[in-house]
Amino acid sequence: MLTINNLHARVVGGAEILRGVNLVVRHGEVHAVMGPNGSGKSTLAHVLAGRDGYEVTAGEIVYEGKDLLRMPPEERAREGVFLSFQYPVEIPGVSTSYFLKAAVNAIRKHRGLDELDAIDFLNMTKEKMKLVELDQSLLSRPLNEGFSGGEKKRNEIFQMAVLEPRLAILDETDSGLDIDALRIVANGIDALRSPDRAMILITHYQRLLNYVTPDFVHVLFEGRIVKSGGQELARELEAKGYDWIKAEAELARQTLV
Amino acid sequence: MLQVAEKVDSYRLEFERAEQDDARARPQWIHHIRTAAFDRFVELGFPTTRLEEWKYTNVAPIAKTPLRRAGQAWGTLPIESIEPFTLEKSACAQLVFVNGHYSPELSCFGKLPDGVVVSSLATVLTGNPASVEPYLARYAGYRDHAFVALNTAFMEDGAFISIPQDTILEAPIHLLFISVPRCESAVDTGGSGTVSYPRVLIVAGSHSQGQVIESYVGVSRGVYCTNAVTEIIGGENAAIDYYKVQRESEDAFHVATVQATVGRGGTFSSHAIDLGGVLVRNNLDVALDGEGAECALEGLYMAAGRQHVDNHTRIDHAQPHCSSRQLYKGILDGESRGVFNGKIVVRTAAEKTDARQVNKNLLLSEDAVIDSKPQLEIFNNDVKCTHGTTIGQHDQDAIFYLRSRGIDPAATRSLLTYAFASELLSRIKVGPIRAGLEALLLARLGNGSMSEGRP
Ligand SMILES: Nc1ncnc2c1ncn2[C@@H]1O[C@H](COP(=O)(O)OP(=O)(O)O)[C@@H](O)[C@H]1O
Ligand SMILES: [Mg+2]
Repeated sequence: MLTINNLHARVVGGAEILRGVNLVVRHGEVHAVMGPNGSGKSTLAHVLAGRDGYEVTAGEIVYEGKDLLRMPPEERAREGVFLSFQYPVEIPGVSTSYFLKAAVNAIRKHRGLDELDAIDFLNMTKEKMKLVELDQSLLSRPLNEGFSGGEKKRNEIFQMAVLEPRLAILDETDSGLDIDALRIVANGIDALRSPDRAMILITHYQRLLNYVTPDFVHVLFEGRIVKSGGQELARELEAKGYDWIKAEAELARQTLV
Repeated sequence: MLQVAEKVDSYRLEFERAEQDDARARPQWIHHIRTAAFDRFVELGFPTTRLEEWKYTNVAPIAKTPLRRAGQAWGTLPIESIEPFTLEKSACAQLVFVNGHYSPELSCFGKLPDGVVVSSLATVLTGNPASVEPYLARYAGYRDHAFVALNTAFMEDGAFISIPQDTILEAPIHLLFISVPRCESAVDTGGSGTVSYPRVLIVAGSHSQGQVIESYVGVSRGVYCTNAVTEIIGGENAAIDYYKVQRESEDAFHVATVQATVGRGGTFSSHAIDLGGVLVRNNLDVALDGEGAECALEGLYMAAGRQHVDNHTRIDHAQPHCSSRQLYKGILDGESRGVFNGKIVVRTAAEKTDARQVNKNLLLSEDAVIDSKPQLEIFNNDVKCTHGTTIGQHDQDAIFYLRSRGIDPAATRSLLTYAFASELLSRIKVGPIRAGLEALLLARLGNGSMSEGRP
């Protein structure tokens, strides 16, 4: 469903951050993308979701047979791409429910479905909030404003549950969570796994993968995927850290020269 | 110069006519004040941009337009026409003015606590002028402000509100000023228009509480000018919650001065909403005139097209232990221009002053302009004064967050604009006003791009 081919990207006017990413994700697959800080994980997520300010200098992204890079972010969302933000944005003055209803209806409209009215929407969200153990009162609060770190991340997963994406990119949804919040968020993610929903789990640590077993694990380093494997690769990283990856990458570079 | 002299002459004719009209009915002291004010206007002339206080606001369009007072004949309207603006259900009294003249047919009164006076100023000036004599035109200075001088020279109607000491008004008083321009377009009238001079006096006794709402609306297009002056005098520990909602029509000039004096331990909160008018200037002067007096001034101005909206505030910290809070927010689109000038004076005696001022502006187009200027004049060292100004567009992170959820760019911007304004709207304590303004804002932002319900 998603093919990333030799993707090079940079912040407009800046140095290259992604330097030839290749990745193929098929329907229903869960891919973990790991890597040290600054390796380009969030940049990859932002480029996939269509954030302004990045420039793709080479390569392509094909999503469900379409050129993803040509679509504005809202169209990607309507076509089923979802990004769970590493840092969800606080929007005072807009309630969570208004925001989410606007989003869900924009997506439904695109899919040729009737818009949900206030009651349908409320009923639908009730179920989905249970998934990440969120209280209903959250709906009337301004979006993410004053939410705890855990609430923000749970809110992201709640939104994913409501918007039902085909491709979910979760950017460090596990970081900054205590054990209980991690369990809730991770179980929520695992529950949303389905044969027609692919996921890219961007994470720093292996602990999320104890709850959500990935089909593939990739290591992103200095803007490239330098290693791919299965669950065992994540465990190896957990045990040995990233230094050996760096050493290997260094070696590979030297042999190239 | 000749032109200016001609203009003043036309005002002189109007003034003489006005004086003749009610020479019999008015007491001498009124006549004296009016004459003094008119003479002062002649000396001052209309302000020019050479004056620091008027640097960013050119009132030449007002000075150049021949403006005549709308006569009594224009003082009424069919009741349906006030429906969109009425607060009849939630107010304890609603006084309606058409082109500056009180309309008893359109007004209504509920039950008021003993001793509370809510009356048209014209009635008071004929029936019981002594009740306003200690206050009227004694607070809003006409010596250095040409528009106040003009209003004072021509004052004849408006409202007088008096809340006796220890009295609490449970429901707000609504003063609705409606302007009905004589003609639909400026061309029909040869570029002339009508002018009204609403005058409001609010006297709140010690330990009293009340809410007063002034609404200024225009019901059709056409050139007119509202030159309003409001004097508010709060006694010891009086709490006054004041609203001014300006929704004049799109060709209107609106110049308003509010002078509030807050006594010892008293509080004054003001909520100024500006949505209409082509050329708007508000002067809000607050004198914190007793120990421990407080004020909170909030303002929201929203302009588009070629609208010009100027808010000048001045807070005079004259006594110790007073605090002031200001939050003004502007949303400027099209080629509109906003001005915010917030002056804070801290006198020598005013130790432990705590003054904070914030002005935030959202520029929605490249051609919109804001001139924002804090002005602090501090003559005491033991004070806390802060001010901050922001000018910017919508936050890129917020835009991306909403779009990444499928919300289109136009709806995203509307939603964020609404969010920007809602910080102020949510603080409005009078439910129907808040709801009305929220609806108005949504309608303005909407263009069908936002879904139903309140964000
Ligand atoms: N908007 C930006 N402006 C400048 N540099 C950026 C920007 N975004 C990311 N970078 C840089 O790109 C590199 C990769 O960042 P990021 O994608 O956030 O990494 P990760 O998510 O893996 O920690 C870092 O060196 C970071 O400083
Ligand atoms: Mg990151």
